[in-house]
Amino acid sequence: MMTEMVASNETILVIGGGISGMTAALEAAECGKEVILIEKNPSLGGRISQLYKYFPKLCRPSCGQEINLRRIKANRRLRVITMAEIVKLSGSAGDYAATIHIHPRYVNENCTACGACADAVVSEIRDPHNYGMSPVKAAYLPNNMAYPQRYVLDPSIIGTEEAENARAACPVDAIDLDQKAQTIHIRCGAVIFATGWRPYDASRIEPYGYDRYPDVVTSAELERMMDPFGPTGGKLVRPSNGEDARNIAFIQCAGSRDRNHLPHCSRICCMASLKQSTYLSEQFGEDADASATIYYIDIRTIDRFEDFEQKVRQDRKVRFVKSKVASIAQDPESGKPVCRGVDTHGYDRYENVHDLVVLAVGMEPGLDLGSILDTGHGVALDTGGFIELDDANDGVFGAGCATNPLDVNRSVQSATAAALRAIQVVNRVSAS
Amino acid sequence: MPAESKTATYICRGCTLGERLDTDHLVQVAQSECGSHLAKSHDYLCGRHGVELIQNDIDNEGVTHVVIGACSRRSKTEAFGFGTVAVARANLREGVIWSQPDLAETREATQEMADDYVRMACAEIKFMQQPAVNRERGANRRILVVGGGVSGISAALGAARAGYEVLLVEKTDALGGWASTFHRKLPDREPYARFRENGMDDLINQVETSTHITVFLNATLSRTSGAPGQFSVDIATRGGTASTENVGAIIQATGFSRYDARQLPELGYGKSADVVDQAQLEEMARKSNGRGLVRPSDGGAVESVVFVQCAGQRSDKPGHLSYCSGYCCNVSIKQAMYFKDQNPQTDTNIVYTDLRAPGNGEDFYRAAQLKGVAFTNGSVDQVTVDGDRLAIQFRDEILDREEVIHADLVVLATGQVPNSGIDISAEPAGEAGSVHGGQARVPVDSILNLDYRQGPDIPHLKHGFSDSHFICFPYETQRTGIYACGPVRRPMDIAQSVEDATGAAMKAIQAVEGAASGRAAHPRSGDLSYPSFRREGCTQCKRCTVECPFGAIDEDENRYPVFNESRCRRCGTCMGACPVRVISFENYSVDSVGQQIKAIAIPDEFEDKSRILILACENDAYPAMDMAAQNRFEYNAFVRVIPIRCLGSVNQIWVTDALNAGFDGVMLMGCKKGEDYQCHFVRGSELAHERMGKIADTLSQLQLETERVEVHEVEITDIHRVPQLINDYAATVDGIGPNPFRGF
Repeated sequence: MMTEMVASNETILVIGGGISGMTAALEAAECGKEVILIEKNPSLGGRISQLYKYFPKLCRPSCGQEINLRRIKANRRLRVITMAEIVKLSGSAGDYAATIHIHPRYVNENCTACGACADAVVSEIRDPHNYGMSPVKAAYLPNNMAYPQRYVLDPSIIGTEEAENARAACPVDAIDLDQKAQTIHIRCGAVIFATGWRPYDASRIEPYGYDRYPDVVTSAELERMMDPFGPTGGKLVRPSNGEDARNIAFIQCAGSRDRNHLPHCSRICCMASLKQSTYLSEQFGEDADASATIYYIDIRTIDRFEDFEQKVRQDRKVRFVKSKVASIAQDPESGKPVCRGVDTHGYDRYENVHDLVVLAVGMEPGLDLGSILDTGHGVALDTGGFIELDDANDGVFGAGCATNPLDVNRSVQSATAAALRAIQVVNRVSAS
Repeated sequence: MPAESKTATYICRGCTLGERLDTDHLVQVAQSECGSHLAKSHDYLCGRHGVELIQNDIDNEGVTHVVIGACSRRSKTEAFGFGTVAVARANLREGVIWSQPDLAETREATQEMADDYVRMACAEIKFMQQPAVNRERGANRRILVVGGGVSGISAALGAARAGYEVLLVEKTDALGGWASTFHRKLPDREPYARFRENGMDDLINQVETSTHITVFLNATLSRTSGAPGQFSVDIATRGGTASTENVGAIIQATGFSRYDARQLPELGYGKSADVVDQAQLEEMARKSNGRGLVRPSDGGAVESVVFVQCAGQRSDKPGHLSYCSGYCCNVSIKQAMYFKDQNPQTDTNIVYTDLRAPGNGEDFYRAAQLKGVAFTNGSVDQVTVDGDRLAIQFRDEILDREEVIHADLVVLATGQVPNSGIDISAEPAGEAGSVHGGQARVPVDSILNLDYRQGPDIPHLKHGFSDSHFICFPYETQRTGIYACGPVRRPMDIAQSVEDATGAAMKAIQAVEGAASGRAAHPRSGDLSYPSFRREGCTQCKRCTVECPFGAIDEDENRYPVFNESRCRRCGTCMGACPVRVISFENYSVDSVGQQIKAIAIPDEFEDKSRILILACENDAYPAMDMAAQNRFEYNAFVRVIPIRCLGSVNQIWVTDALNAGFDGVMLMGCKKGEDYQCHFVRGSELAHERMGKIADTLSQLQLETERVEVHEVEITDIHRVPQLINDYAATVDGIGPNPFRGF
């Protein structure tokens, strides 16, 4: 059991194992640096592992993930600790001490991912990979691409007969029910926070009724619905009754560009909705009787994304309405959601019934840094809580969506830059 | 294989392999049939004791080559990565027992499958060596940065701060580029409501005082040759002097040219001095030096100014830019603030279609609204001179009608055009002016003057930008060790350029470190193998030099290929291209795959089950099959799968060998090809389609059905589809009947 990590003031600590953290860790490690990557979930991958497709190529996130995982497996300078959260950071450039809390997985390195434990367990939990929209066994492999490729036992069955059954079923003694939470300390020279983002809590946008209407979902949830291993088996349906969702509304800036919610523009949501509008053709066919209505303030498809917008505009199934939807109601007869508002182009009032409403929710920083850093140890944050680049940050750097709402491509750029900044610090240490 | 080599085969009995398979028989196959010096089975091979068993044999029994018969090579990779010996993996778990039903009547076919995979791994290992480090590698760690604007300066400073020596080459007589000409820059941190000093003097000063950076002004590259770790560049200065320098990696930060607004006469440019572009307005603001912005035509006061967004952009009109430059909305906001700060009474109006101020730009936008800047949703059709004022005719999208407003000054928000050098893929004549939706092209000079066989500059992608096609790996240009950054990759503002340049410096440093230790660059990072070729067999056909996706191979004066190993990305496309099979890698060769095909036992007699060979891309199709097995999706028991580096590496001999050996069908599974290709080696899938198209002719000549060889595009997420694809193909081949060559 790991209680001490062998590390030095030339080690780079990367917090967060999503695309940004993996990138920062790999770029530094492939440059010959010692890197420790910690991830709070049982598997690396972060948000990209929950995406169905990437814009603008409509390609699969797991394709690049496979390469990154192969790089990780091949690199002995990079060590990965999952189910680990940073709780405190103190020190200064070249000499940091990070306190890391490791949650018990109840499954050790012996695991071969054979699945015998899951066969022995009956209880189910809400599957975190599917945002809780579907159940999964309480002994589970986090997803098809999970790394480490190792099962997890949910704490809810610990102490029960089921956990004992799982242990008994394991042929290689991988189930360790005595695992306890532990705290470790890591010494390091530079720290990269790649702590990503979380979707803005849609239930706080009261007029949209996310928590009242089952057929109002978030853009993040829609990605899971399209996945054949997702909660609807890859079907675009109304969660309320399982009927086809052929008439879908996308509400842009749900929680973004709004002083009552997130003051910033979350940048990715326009492209995300345009991408999701292509799912209709994929699901029901090019010529299907299906429609997407995108309610927007401005369509922000900058640089080469413009090509993608123009392509979507060619699709007759997709309609653009320049309007901030005022409220969503429920149609008393069909039970379907109704979007109400005024079309800015022409000032027409509308009341449109849809099968499904997708809220293009904004991005918030994934981690509240304030509680982790020593007081008086300023890391510059903007008003949204994103990490700014500032000399006063010393040996602490942000990468990816910890710095700003970014798409994957820009996150990778940011993470690559963060890796260099961290290397600059540890190279100074080794030179002195 | 050298005389002192010793092969050991280890068969795992864990994960129910021991129950589903006759592992004793597998041991016997390895030892008696395949000649493995040692062969053992173990209850739990990836466990500590299993790994120790193997390590002990390596340490004390002189084992140099290891065959692991256990799970997929994608599983337990670290446990079975011994570092010092060559390892081949027979995929008995995902490839056999997890993809086959556990039934008495299928047991024999399942065992045959396992037997074959052990034979194949034993055959593969005979032609694999643990790669020795290339002795020809170069260890120059200096970084060359081309372009002295904010991107180039940031890249240079980034590398210098990490302790690397940098050469910074700038075409003009001063550092700073466009950014230095800006009066103020966009906010890149709090407070986002306010523009900032451009900060370029400080950055330039840091460059000039850095002990790690040597600056060449008035300088361009007249020749670039070599490879990562050993580039040689001729730096020519305008005075005529030239020097030759050696560097390890190159960063191309050649930025952009402003769009030529003279192509917008309908917007009044060139018809009135009071119609300017954003760059001119910056210059006016900088030169006014606090005395106030005035009309260029007569020095008169500007009481009203209109900003025309998307001028010559987001448009499919000839000569216009089809893309959005991304930063121009924010720049117009900034420039409107110049006027409001000077005189809050100035009538400032920004006419836009979509106001694009992403991220914290929202704060900046809001601040301008608070200052009284007007934002009008509309598109401008025409700007005309009306007396001493300008008339702006536009469609008001809110009111849904044509409107005319008058102003003293009009600022056109034009876009960025990348300085990306020569488009090496362009048709030499006639086509130059017809870039899709893009601006008319004028002849350009090469930037890098690479002496590469495939052309003097890095390939352009869409709209002339030197971007990569990858979302996950944005820095991967098709020229190893040369990284583009800043607006040459896509339109960018200063903050993005700084970030991008810092990332490019990271990649350049990684390239020199990798080259110095002989390691491959992305995506096969760390691979120590490199291509070697048997000169005496070469027919100088040039296929390898033409098809290498990374321009790694040149030709010598006798038209023989020259492999620049450090430029090689180890995809094997050259190996797949070679008609005489003289190219190989120590850990991947025509033999390492071909001998696997020959090792597969195919019954001589015609029976009802078709035998199918699958060559699957190791990055997408092979993982998809693994994941299908992980979900216990079953597929045909008479297929044998060989993972390959890239479909581009598939040599036709493998396919003909397979048919000669009696396989009834061959499936190739690669990535998506075409414009939005997903091949990490760019053209692998494309090439395989082309090459197999030619095989169809050969098949016809042999009176074999063309369906006997099929190429499929498979995505890594095709977990449900892949078993179906296999089963459907098996049914097709069953339909056309057995290969008549079987048993010959």
